[in-house]
Amino acid sequence: MWPSEPWHYLPGAIPWPEGQGIKIPFVKFDGSEVRGGTLERRAMTLGLDLKGGTRLVLEPDLTNTSDIDLDEALDRASEIIERRINEFGVAESEIQRQGDRLAVQLPGITAEEAMQKIGRTALLEFRELKTDANGNVAVIQNGQETYIPLSSLSNLEDAVWITAEATTRDGQTVPLTGKYLTDTFLSADNAGLPVLQFRFNDEGGHLFEQISGRLIGQPLAFFLDGEPIRDENGQMNAPIVRAQIGKSGIIENMSLDEAQLLVKLLKAGAFPVPLKVMQSENVDATLGQDSVQASVIAGETAMLVIMLFMVLYYRLPGLIAGVALSVYATIVLAVFKLWPVTLTLSGIAAFVLSVGMAVDANILIFERMKEELRIGRSLVVAMEEGFQRAWSSIRDSNVATLITCAILFWFGDQFGASVVKGFALTLAIGVLISMFSAILVTRTFLRVVISIPAARRPVLWVSQLRTKGDSGSPEPASLPSGGGS
Amino acid sequence: MLDFVQKRNWYYLLSILVLLPGVISLIIPPSLKPGIEFSSGSMIEVSFQNSVKEADLRTEMSSLGHPEARVQGTGQNRFLVRTSVLEGSAEQTPEGGPQLLGEQQAITQALFNKFGPMLKDNGSLAADASGKPIAWTVQSSAVSGTVSREIGRKSALAVAAASIAILLYISWAFRSIPNPFRCGIVATIATLHDVVLVMGAYSILGKVFNMEVNTMFITGLLTVIGFSVHDTIVVLDRVRENRQRYPDLPLHECVNNSILQTLGRSINTSFTVVLSVTALLLIGGITIRPFLVVMLIGTITGTYSSIFVASQLLVTWEEGDVPRLFRRIIPKRTRAAVEEG
Repeated sequence: MWPSEPWHYLPGAIPWPEGQGIKIPFVKFDGSEVRGGTLERRAMTLGLDLKGGTRLVLEPDLTNTSDIDLDEALDRASEIIERRINEFGVAESEIQRQGDRLAVQLPGITAEEAMQKIGRTALLEFRELKTDANGNVAVIQNGQETYIPLSSLSNLEDAVWITAEATTRDGQTVPLTGKYLTDTFLSADNAGLPVLQFRFNDEGGHLFEQISGRLIGQPLAFFLDGEPIRDENGQMNAPIVRAQIGKSGIIENMSLDEAQLLVKLLKAGAFPVPLKVMQSENVDATLGQDSVQASVIAGETAMLVIMLFMVLYYRLPGLIAGVALSVYATIVLAVFKLWPVTLTLSGIAAFVLSVGMAVDANILIFERMKEELRIGRSLVVAMEEGFQRAWSSIRDSNVATLITCAILFWFGDQFGASVVKGFALTLAIGVLISMFSAILVTRTFLRVVISIPAARRPVLWVSQLRTKGDSGSPEPASLPSGGGS
Repeated sequence: MLDFVQKRNWYYLLSILVLLPGVISLIIPPSLKPGIEFSSGSMIEVSFQNSVKEADLRTEMSSLGHPEARVQGTGQNRFLVRTSVLEGSAEQTPEGGPQLLGEQQAITQALFNKFGPMLKDNGSLAADASGKPIAWTVQSSAVSGTVSREIGRKSALAVAAASIAILLYISWAFRSIPNPFRCGIVATIATLHDVVLVMGAYSILGKVFNMEVNTMFITGLLTVIGFSVHDTIVVLDRVRENRQRYPDLPLHECVNNSILQTLGRSINTSFTVVLSVTALLLIGGITIRPFLVVMLIGTITGTYSSIFVASQLLVTWEEGDVPRLFRRIIPKRTRAAVEEG
């Protein structure tokens, strides 16, 4: 939760703790470190508008491409980049055409990470061994292509692999590539090893059926951007085809990291042309670093003023609400950090709105409590009643908000409007936690406080307490803690 | 006791009076000025030898006639400046010289005059043959928009779909009282009231102060919608509760009581929002102003509409004001005479 660079957000004079937190490696008896055993903090991912990121200028590499509609290719490439970057839908990248190039700005990652994500074309090919009429396979020996029987092929890497082709329904011979995939996902086999499952569309299934039927007993290899996909031991991943396969298949024996990256790339699709990185640089916040900092300070001031107002107006419950809100804000920010949600201005707007709704839930409860106290209920009864009465409005308004979020998210996803999508996701997280906070956190705090006798003094709860029938009578010294209703 | 419901037609009149200028402004094109995110434009990169603040550069661009410019630092005193299309901006920068070709050169020259010597891409001082510093653009190019123009229409579709879903949900959630469907309808009307008001106000601001619509505006509008629905449901919830508790009370009294009972909360909630938005407007960054303006207008109208539009419409509907109004207008003379008598 604690910011990595606190001087941006907090008064400068105090030496706030900084950095990435403590790293406590869990050490085995033999001294080796166990992975994942650290308490290192991750940094909050802030969007381009708030923090900046990396800017890459990409140029299409047209050397191996004949006639191609460059405009269309670049449009398609920017869609794919968007999909690769926005894994969870809210990375909030920015892509624009710059002449015949693409300029991409990515938040919160280094130039190397950016290269890994968008530097690859991601063309998946299915390849088979090149064979002659007698079924001998082609290998490269001393730079020469010669044919040997399949049984004497010792290293798959030596063989010549050609793209597996088949005939489409309308009679064309085409290579089978990743463009026919409709779905790719990861699962695990019995041993818990990652298995990449893929499914073809109708056309792809038709092609795959012919190819797998033809290759029974022979290996089928997967190539990504002309490089074979390798298993965990660095061996080429080329399983022997056992039977004719239709629409779906699997790739096994990969490391988890590799499999995850592959799924991501395949889901996003392949670039229509390879892209070269021409320029990469770090960029500052698009809203301006100075402006963002001023806004953060202003936001913090506003928070303090609101808490002060709540304490003055609602007295002790206001203070409790303040504490509950801090707990609430902490949980929400922690979720944003761990998800991870890229926090942009629209995300912060959604966060502030959800804080507002959480404040509102508290206010609703306290107003109800006040009403109950004024008609002479005891503190405990007033509190329980207050919660019960306020619940229906908290529930309905929050459910309506969640419905709105779901629809906005879906629309944003369909239309590629990432602002709308990011807003909807952050608001939904905020609202869910705010319901939890209002009901559980505030209630628990209130219960604890009510159990302290000194806190039961009426002046801490309501300004004018009227007892039944006599509005002018002096306030009782202490509210009863329970009983009478 | 205050009677809010009695004067409901005056509130409608006030709403119409406030909405009208905005609606007129929305009808007169351009209804909303699209910002540079949506359209193609120019981008130049400049690098200075002396220390230059981002804010100063932004101010300077503004005084050069480009208040829309987006200034983004890319290193030590080096900035990317994205503007609307600069007239006559050539792809190549001339090798110095006194003659200025087009707006881009004029701007670079002005920045040079203001902030001093400029650097080339490799960090060396930009100078002419005699070593005299000259204005220099590290790079310049024509760029496309970053956000599809369609986003406005698509967001509108999303909001329309969300309104229908909320209408259905409220109709279901309020099924315990008679005519729950009306609650859904009035809540939706109140929300649309706020959307139109904010858009209208922004349209006027666009015409008067050149304020442009950008993704921040869309974010602000979504926030306002969220706030408005939330606020309306809280008031309607009280109506629902009072309706169940005192089923014999006439609706206008019930609504009036509900408004009075939720007034404290409504005012406090919007007060806290207005407070924080004002704080941000006063001391926050200048670049997020469009968002804050939308929030400020939206919060106030959101609160107003839940008290003075949504629940009042419920009474209007129940008491058949609208058919009565029609009856009054159509056979005007005869009816009017009878009623006055």
